[in-house]
This record gives sequence, C-alpha cells and structure tokens, in this order.
Amino acid sequence: MNRKKLQKLTDAFTRNCKHFNKFEVNCLITLFYNLVGEGVERPGTVIGLDRNAFRNILHVTFGMTDDMIIDRVFRGFDKDNDGYVNVSEWINGLSLFLRGSLEDKMKYCFEVFDLNGDGFISKEEMFHMLKNSLLKQPSEEDPDEGIKDLVEITLKKMDHDHDGKLSFADYEKTVREETLLLEAFGPCLPDPKSQMEFEAQVFKDPNEFNDM
Amino acid sequence: MGVALTRSAQWVAAGHGPAALEVTPLNEAILKEIITFVESFIYKHPQEAKFVFVEPLEWKTDLEPSAFNSGYVVSETIVKSEEVDKNGQPLLFLSVPQIKVRSFRQLSCLLFIAGDTKLKEAQACIEANRDPVVKILGSDYNIKKEDSTALNILDKIIRDDDLEGKMKMKIAMLLKQLDLHLLNHSLKHISLEIRLNPLAVKKDIELLKRFSGKGEQTVLESIEYTSEYEFSNGCRAPPWRQIRGEICYLLVKPHDVETLCITCSAEGVFLNGGKTDDEGDIDYERKGAVYKDLVTFLREKSAKFSENMSKQDLSSNEGQQKEKDQLEEAPKKEETTTFQKALSDSDKSTLEKNQINFGKSQMAKRLEPSLNWKATVDYKDHKISRKEGQEEKHGGKQLEKPRTSVSLGRAQLLRKGAEKTEEFVSESSSESEEDEELPDHRQEANADLPSEYWQIQKLVKYLKGGNQTATVIALCSMRDFNLAQETCQLAIRDVGGLEVLINLLDTDEVKCKIGSLKILKEISQNPQIRRNIVDLGGLPIMVNILDSPHKSLKCLAAETIANVAKFKRAQRVVRQHGGITKLVALLDCAQNSTEPAQLSLYEARDVEVARCGAQALWSCSKSYANKEAIRKAGGIPLLARLLKTSHENMLIPVVGTLQECASEENYRAAIKAERIIENLVKNLNSENEELQEHCAMAIYQCAEDKETRDLVRLHGGLKPLARLLNNTDNKERLAAVTGAIWKCSISKENVTKFREYKAIETLVGLLTDQPEEVLVNVVGALGECCQEYENRVIIRKCGGIQPLVNLLVGINQALLVNVTKAVGACAVEPESIMIIYRLDGVRLLWSLLKNPHPDVKASAAWALCPCIENAKDAGEMVRSFVGGLELIVNLLKSDNKEVLASVCAAITNIAKDQENLAVITDHGVVPLLSKLANTNNDKLRRHLAEAISRCCMWGRNRVAFGEHRAVAPLVRYLRSDDTNVHRATAQALYQLSEDPDNCITMHENGAVKLLLDMVGSPDQDLQEAAAGCISNIRRLALATEKARLVARWVQHFQVHRRNSNIQVEIQDHGSCSESRNFFRRSFITSMLPFDQHWTSRPIRIKLKNLMDSPVNQSNFRLRHVTI
Repeated sequence: MNRKKLQKLTDAFTRNCKHFNKFEVNCLITLFYNLVGEGVERPGTVIGLDRNAFRNILHVTFGMTDDMIIDRVFRGFDKDNDGYVNVSEWINGLSLFLRGSLEDKMKYCFEVFDLNGDGFISKEEMFHMLKNSLLKQPSEEDPDEGIKDLVEITLKKMDHDHDGKLSFADYEKTVREETLLLEAFGPCLPDPKSQMEFEAQVFKDPNEFNDM
Repeated sequence: MGVALTRSAQWVAAGHGPAALEVTPLNEAILKEIITFVESFIYKHPQEAKFVFVEPLEWKTDLEPSAFNSGYVVSETIVKSEEVDKNGQPLLFLSVPQIKVRSFRQLSCLLFIAGDTKLKEAQACIEANRDPVVKILGSDYNIKKEDSTALNILDKIIRDDDLEGKMKMKIAMLLKQLDLHLLNHSLKHISLEIRLNPLAVKKDIELLKRFSGKGEQTVLESIEYTSEYEFSNGCRAPPWRQIRGEICYLLVKPHDVETLCITCSAEGVFLNGGKTDDEGDIDYERKGAVYKDLVTFLREKSAKFSENMSKQDLSSNEGQQKEKDQLEEAPKKEETTTFQKALSDSDKSTLEKNQINFGKSQMAKRLEPSLNWKATVDYKDHKISRKEGQEEKHGGKQLEKPRTSVSLGRAQLLRKGAEKTEEFVSESSSESEEDEELPDHRQEANADLPSEYWQIQKLVKYLKGGNQTATVIALCSMRDFNLAQETCQLAIRDVGGLEVLINLLDTDEVKCKIGSLKILKEISQNPQIRRNIVDLGGLPIMVNILDSPHKSLKCLAAETIANVAKFKRAQRVVRQHGGITKLVALLDCAQNSTEPAQLSLYEARDVEVARCGAQALWSCSKSYANKEAIRKAGGIPLLARLLKTSHENMLIPVVGTLQECASEENYRAAIKAERIIENLVKNLNSENEELQEHCAMAIYQCAEDKETRDLVRLHGGLKPLARLLNNTDNKERLAAVTGAIWKCSISKENVTKFREYKAIETLVGLLTDQPEEVLVNVVGALGECCQEYENRVIIRKCGGIQPLVNLLVGINQALLVNVTKAVGACAVEPESIMIIYRLDGVRLLWSLLKNPHPDVKASAAWALCPCIENAKDAGEMVRSFVGGLELIVNLLKSDNKEVLASVCAAITNIAKDQENLAVITDHGVVPLLSKLANTNNDKLRRHLAEAISRCCMWGRNRVAFGEHRAVAPLVRYLRSDDTNVHRATAQALYQLSEDPDNCITMHENGAVKLLLDMVGSPDQDLQEAAAGCISNIRRLALATEKARLVARWVQHFQVHRRNSNIQVEIQDHGSCSESRNFFRRSFITSMLPFDQHWTSRPIRIKLKNLMDSPVNQSNFRLRHVTI
C-alpha cells in the first residue's frame, strides 16, 4: 500500500473516530494491512479479515477462548455481515475494545450475548453460553443441573422485571450496580492485561527505535 | 510404669555407660510417686504384696547389712530375708553391694529400712531395671508392646484359671494405674516449668538444627553454638556469666536476616552485642527485648522462620487432629471395661474405685457376671471369635491414649509457650480460645442451619468448579447475601469459601480478584474471619496486590487490609511482607496530574486510592514497629499533605493514623515540623464528630510538647476545644476533647485562655456522671488549672472540691493519680484545705498511700504535702490517722524513685511538728533516709536532703545520720547541677555539721570547697546554709589543727619538761587571738595523761586560769569523759 493512500485513510478515520488520535489510527491501519497480508486489491472483492483470521487474533492477542463468544464478537465487529472485518469495522471495533465507554460496551456486550438477536437474553441462551463454565462433576446425576442452577442464580440477580429473560434494561441496571457483570456470560472484551499489552505493542512510537 | 519411665522420665543421653536417670525435679517427682506407691502397697493390697516376682529386681545398693534387723538373717556381708518362696529361696537377698528383691512386701520393707536414702535406692533400682514390669510379671506383660498387652493378659486369664494368673492380672492393672498416674503427674510437672533451663534450650536448639540447612523449606540456614565446650550443668556460657543465669550463646543465620548473635539465659532469649572482632569474644550486653524462648525470638526476628515454622505447625496440627479423632471414637464403644475406666479417669480416686471393682469382680466371678468383667465372661461363653477383633481394637486404642496425651501434651506446651508470647504482644482476644471455639461453631451450625448456609455452600461449589464467567456470577451473587451478618460470614468460612476467595486473589483474573476482594472486605469485619484470613496466608497476597496497576484493586486490597489488620499478628504480617511501604506509596496520589474525566472500567480515582491507603495505615499503625515503618517509608509528609484536603472521609483515616502514631516521640517532632497542628485545629471546626474526635485525640497526644501547645493556641485551637466541651453526648469525643484540654492546659497561657472561655466551670460540671475515660482527662485538666490562684478560686466557688474528693475513692489508677494531683493543687488554698479536711479528703489521700500502684502512692504523697503544710493543727491532724506515720515511713522502703521523693517531701512536712518527728524517729526514719542517700536522681536528692535537714532537729538524729553514713553521699549532691538540690543539701549539711564527726566526714569528702562556691550563689537560703555549714566545719578543723600542734608541743614538752622556755612559747600561742579557747582546751587534753609531778608550775597555773572560764570547764569535763 502506498503512503499516500494510508495518509488518506488515516485522515478519514481520524475524523470519524472519537477515541483514537491520528497516530493511533495510523498504527491500527498499518496493523490491519499487515494482518490481512498484501492481497491484491481488486474491485469487487472485499479486503478484510475472515472469520478464521479474526478468531485467531482474538484468541492470540486478547486471550479469548470460548468459540461461541468469539463467533459472536466477530458478528459484533462485522457490522455489514459480509463475513469479513474490513478496515473501517476494524477501527471501530477496536475503538470500542480499547476506549469504549461503559454505555458502548454494554450495548456491544448485550448484542454479543443476545444470540438470536431478539432483544432479550433468554434462559436458553444463557444456558448455551454457560454450559461449559462449570467443571463436570462425574458424581452428579444430571451434569446440566449445575448449569441450570447457575442460570437461575443469574436470573435472580439480573432479571429485575421477573419476566424470565433479560432485557437490555435489566442488563443495564445490573451492570450499573455491578460492573463486574458486564461480561456476565463470557469474556467478550479484552481483559485489561492483554489490552495493555496490545496497546503497548501496537502504539509503539517508531521514533523510539531511532533513539535506541 | 513402663510408659511413664520410657517416655517421661528424663534419661541421661545415651552413650554415657549404663543408663542413668538425670537429677531433675521431674524425675525426682516420678521417683517419689513410685516410692509412695510401693510403700503403700502392703497396706492396700496385702495379698498382692506377697506375690513373688518372676525375676528378682536386682541392683547395687548402698545399704549396709547392719541396717537390717528383725525378719532378716544378717551376716557380715550377706542378708537374707526370713520370708521365702515356695522353693525356699529368700525373697530378699543382699550380698554387698548387690541386692535382689522378689516381692512388693520386701520392696516396701526395704524402702522403710532405707529411710532417708529411699530416693537413691529407688533410683538405683529403676536404673538397673529398665523394665520392672517384665521382671515382676514376666515377659507376657511387657508394657512396651502396648498394643497387644490387654489381649495377652486376657488371654492368660482364660488359659490358666489359677490364682497366680489372677494375681498377676491384678498387679498388672495396679502397675498400669501407677503408670497413668505418673504420666499425669509428670505432665503437671512439665507444665510448671516456665523458666528456661539448659536442657530445654538444648532440646530447642537440637530441634531447630534438624530443620536447618540450605533450601527453602528449612526454618533457618544455620544455628551454631559459639562455644563447643559444654559444662557439666549443660551450660556453655563461661562460669562468670552463668551466675547471671546465662546458658549459652548462639550464632543463628535465618534465611532473610543477617546472622544474629543470641544469648539464651534463664530469663529468656535476647540479642547480644555480637562477636567482637579481635578474639572472638562476645559482647554480652543485651541489645534487644527478652523473649520467652528461642522459637518466639526467631519468629519475631525472621519472617521466613515464622512462615516455615507455621508450616511445620500446620502439619503437626493436622496430625494432632487426626489422633484426636481417633481418640474420640474410642469412648463410643459400648462396653466399658475396667481398663478403659482406669484410663479415662486420671485422678487418684480411681485407684480406690478400681480396687473396689477388683474386689467385686472376684466375688462376681463366683456369684454373677459383673458388667466390668463382661469381656472376660464373654470369652468364657465361647464368643471368642466375634469379640476378639473388637477387643484387639480396644487394647490398641486404650494404650495409645496415654502415649499420645503425653507427647501431644509436650507439643502443646511448646506451642502454648509460643502462643502465650504472641498473646502478650496482642491485646485482642487470645487465639487459643478462639481455636477452641472453632469446632463449636461448626457443630452449632450443623444443629440448625439457616437456608443461607446451603445457598452459600452451593455458590462456593461454583466458585471452586467454575471458569471465570461462572466465578464472577457466583461472586456477584454471593454479594447479594447480607455479608454483614455473622451467619453468612461464618457460613462462607465453614464451607471452605475463604480458601477459595484467597486463592482467587492469586490468579491473573482481575475481575475475579475484584469480586473476591469485595466479599473479603465485607466479611473481614468479623474478628474470627480476620484471623482465618491471616491463618490462610491471605495478607501477603493482598499486600502484593497493592502493586497492581489497577487502582480499584489497590483500593479494595487496602480496604481489606484495613479490616484484617485489626490485631497485632496481622499488623506484623503486613509489615514483614513490606506492606507498610506499599501502603505509604498509595498515599502519594499525584494531586496535580489531570485525571481522565471518564474513568475506565473498574478504575478508581487517585484520591480514593489514597483514602484506602490511609485507612489501612490507620489499622496498621496500632503497633510500634509499624509506626516506625510508616515513618521510615516517608509517610508523615504524605499524611500532612493529605490533611490539607477537605474530604471528610479522607481526613478521618489520615487524622486517625496521625493520632495513633503521635504516641511516638519521633512523630510528635515530625508533626510539629510538618505544620500538621494547624490543620488539626482547622478540622476541629469540622462538622463531623468522628473527625473532631480524632483531631482532639491527636492534639491530646502531641500536646505533651510545649511548642505544640503554643501552636494550638496560636492557631486558635483552644476555643473550639472549649466549645466542644459543651456537647457531652458523644462520650468518645468528649474523652478526646477533655484529653486535649488537659494536655494543653499544662501551658499557663492556655489556662488563661480556657478561663476566658469559661472552660473551667464546664470542666467542674463534668466531674459527675461521666465515664472514667472522660473523668481522667477532666480531673487532669483541673489539676493543671489549679496551679493558678484564680482558677483555684473558681473551682472552689463552683463546688468542684466535693466531687473531686468523692473521686478519691475510685479504683482507676490513672484517675486516682489525676485526682490526687488536683486535690493536692487545691489544698494550696487554706480555704480549700478546710473543705477538703471537712470532707475527710486528707484521710482518703492518706489511705491511697496503701494503693498498690506506685504512681498513685507518689501522687497521693505529693498531694499530702500541701495538706499538711497549710492545714491548721497539722500535727494534730497527722497524729489522728492511726498507723499513718508508720505507713508513710515504711514507704521509704519502696524502690520507686517518684514514690520515694514524694514520701520524703511528705516527711519533711510531717517533721515540722516536733511530736510527729519524734514518732517517725521511733519508726526508724533515720536509717531509712540514710539508706536512700546514694542516689543520682535530683528530685529525690532534693526532697531527701530536705527531709534529712528536718529530721536532724530531734534528739541525736544528727549523730545517727552520721552513723548511718548519710553525710558523704550528701556532700556529693553539691556536685549536682540543680540549685534546688544545692539549697536543700546545704541546709541539711548545715544541720548535720552541728555534730563534729559529721564535720570531719564532710571535710574528708571535700565539702568545704563545694560549699565555698555555694556561698557565692545568688540564692540567699543557699548562701546562708552554706556559710553556716562552713563555719561549723572551720571551727572544728581549727580546733583539730590546734590540737595537733599542741600535741607536738606536748611531745616536745615531755622531752624537755623542765625547760622553762615552754611556758613562754605556750603563752605565745595562747595569745593567738581568735582561737585561744580551742588551743587551751586541746592543751588541757594533751596534758591530762601526765602526772602532776611532771607538770611544771607555770603550766599548772595556766590550767587553773583556764578552769575559770565556764566554757572550758565544761569542755574539760567532756574531754575528760571521752578520754
């Protein structure tokens, strides 16, 4: 990619993006193209990270392990649903990941957890997301009992209107009371440590090397 | 007996030839018990006493054959008992020095014959027969093979039904009872040993040596004696140090500290000055506190040691628990055999009880099967096979019991010792108590479990077995329980939640850590949980979290530490893991740095971090070492900076920390230097009561210092203090405020201010219906105020004397000290003393001289001084207290300097009355005062000298002081720097110098030169007294001088007695103007031994002339008498 185009892209995104400065946008774009590889840019083909590549990034860089959640995160990034995360989706996604406000993050997380996108997190969805969260006790008769119980506990904690499912309002209220429950059903945001590492690595000032 | 002998008796270490019992109190006690047993055997069990031992007990005796008389066949070197066994062998056979005894009867007789040497014989017997039971009963009864004994015995009974078998059985049981008794006895004995002895120290060191070496798990790197040579008494210290109770010196290298050079002495263990470089000598001087034992000492010095030690403890604890469980199982068995009874009860009474059982059982065999013997009967009923297994079990368990109890007993004792010192350090509830409480709680919980218990148990299960998502849900859900409630707190602990929560802190999961800390923070309000958290090693992990980059984590960790570190041990752990430095670092919130407007997820503000840090420091600052650590970590400037903020919730912990720390001198200086007082005063005006309280408390602590008191005034702190007095609802605050007023009123300027603010009237109003903490301070403040006349008047007019005198009957030591001081200060007014006297205050003061606390005694005696001084008819009043004078004179035997000084002052006042002086002289005041003379304390010197000078005024007290060697030390007082001492001393010397012998002593001690300096003093009293004293000394000195001169003349005169020149020369001397009389007097004295015949005429005339003067006549007589 030529320098001029990079410059142009950077300027465009910097204008749109509230959380990153120009340098950071520049770094992220460079990273994106590094990750995508020097594919030939042809009209008609979308340039971006496909599901597998993105899954890999989430796994390696942000330490996410739950396949289902990763899948949902990909959907969260891929706004236009074309199966690829393009450069604009990349910047916006990371903007939320790294600098998002609590409100933004809540919206995003709720979308991730609302598997069928009906605006509610139902018991079934919870069960689905939590089903691997407990160590299976071989002694137990019903291995799912623990999970069901956990779902009940969660509902008791979060379902403020007692309708047996979580609306965004329920979720928001809970999270405002207890921020820890933002990622209640699985890690869908980078944990603080990997976030710091990522930022340190990506936003490295190139001049630093010159000094050394 | 076997068990006791092998386990409990202290055998001399192996390898020293034949086994020997050490001469220790424990062994002696055991031997004595054995002797009593044997001696009483023939009376209690006459049948069994005739039993012939399987093998004789054989040993070397010191008894002479001649000691044996009736009942024995005695020859030169051989003694045989007349009593013989079936085969005609004598039951006692002595062939000097070897003795063989084959029955208890003979043993008993022998002990009787041995008389005073009983103990020696018993010892020799036990030493020679390490296993007496086997010898007595045969190898089937070998007690050492504990597990099978019971079975064997029972077996035997079935097999041979004969009389001998039964007899053996019985003796075996009796011996077993003795054994048990001995064990109990020795246990009691062990528990009495508190002082360290060489043996205990040696064992400790050997034990530690075993656990020392390189590597992480060992408790120490090395532990060595400084000296290889061990004296016969087990000490390694050189003999001249042994006199001081020192046992040995050690070089200990812990993992984490420098090599320590330690002295082990009978009083305890302490750090000495270390090896001096040159010859490897040790600087024996004590350099640190004395600890109870080596382990406690090392625990304090080395964190690593205590950590690894507690690991050892833990493992042994587990073992102990297991054994306990086993033991508890045993009694559950249905059948209770006599054995078990004998073992479960331990006191002597069982001995008799069992005897009855024996008797019964014998009968029962004939009549009906008794319960006690059911087992045996069962055997007979051919149920052997079924019962055997059970019986075997029984035997094993039963015999295990005494063993474990003894070994555990020792272990417990050791640990108790360690714990005790820990308790000594911590004021809070004792740990051992709580440990005992623990299982109770669990049992209770089982009895009636609330529903929360099960829910929490479920959540903990998810915590244990869930991934981070489930963990976070479980943590959040757990927080919905009322964690302030004790049931929930204990439920979390009891289902093992604490361990999980603490483990979570050690993970990388920020969210889990936050969740866990939030719960720990809540439940650590409970004192038991705090201790559990410390026991589980939670504190070091939390201290590490303080380094975390996440501020909210730091906050939570600091807050939890603040809760947990409420007791000493926790505070120590925090310090030892570097927590103080980290907490102080939290205080350093970058105030100027712009904080992000929007806080990122899970983050907190710097101010909040600082607040939590201050909170934790507040908790930690209750221990001295931590205060030091805070100071060294640079905490004071940071605290001072935080004090400038206006957040109340920040100010409270900051001021709280300062207030705790202000008990240290270093801090007070720093507080002054950092201009903290100003802010404290400012915060006095805050609305928050707690803040006011802590500020007042901090001022109270700091105002010991004069400059600080002035600062408080200059910053206008007195007015708010006076204002806060009016609000009496909050007692804690009132106590702090009155305390601050008390300390501030030590400065006169402040008192004036307080008078302006009408604080004195308010204080008088607070003399009634207040808790003691408040009263102490109020009375203290009044005591200070009373130093001024106007205030005394105010107090009298407000009716303050009555309540003050009423408080004299209290028991609170601090209160009494202050009350006596205040009453004493009031008594300066003649009008007040009337009131005090009428209210019987003087008598109350006098009776406080009997108070056990020296401070109270001293204060009461000080208060008595103005009472006696200012009262009308003081002499009569003093005499009216029956036994009062004797009491006060006897207080001169006290070893407290302040008491002595005050009593001297009181005596000075008492002695103003001649009659009383006579009485106290009879009570021996002179020798007691004289004994005190060798002191360096200027206060005591002054009052002592005053008392002496007063007491000189009676009878031959002057001479008596000289006889009791009080004069020379008094002269030394003149070298003191204190003018008050000089004056008092000069007066005392003046009084004493009326006696010539005292003058000589003074002169010899160089008093004249010192006194001459005093004459130049601007103090008139001092001048006068010094001059008077000098003149007395001078006069005598002159006389002596002349006497010596004359003596020379007389010698001369003896030689040339008929030489008429002498007359002329004597006359010349006689004409010497000022001291003619002295000269003459001396001359007469010198002349007296001479025969009239020798005396030449002119001299005789002289003599006659001299006699004309009445002064000389009396002198003549005096000298005559003395010579």
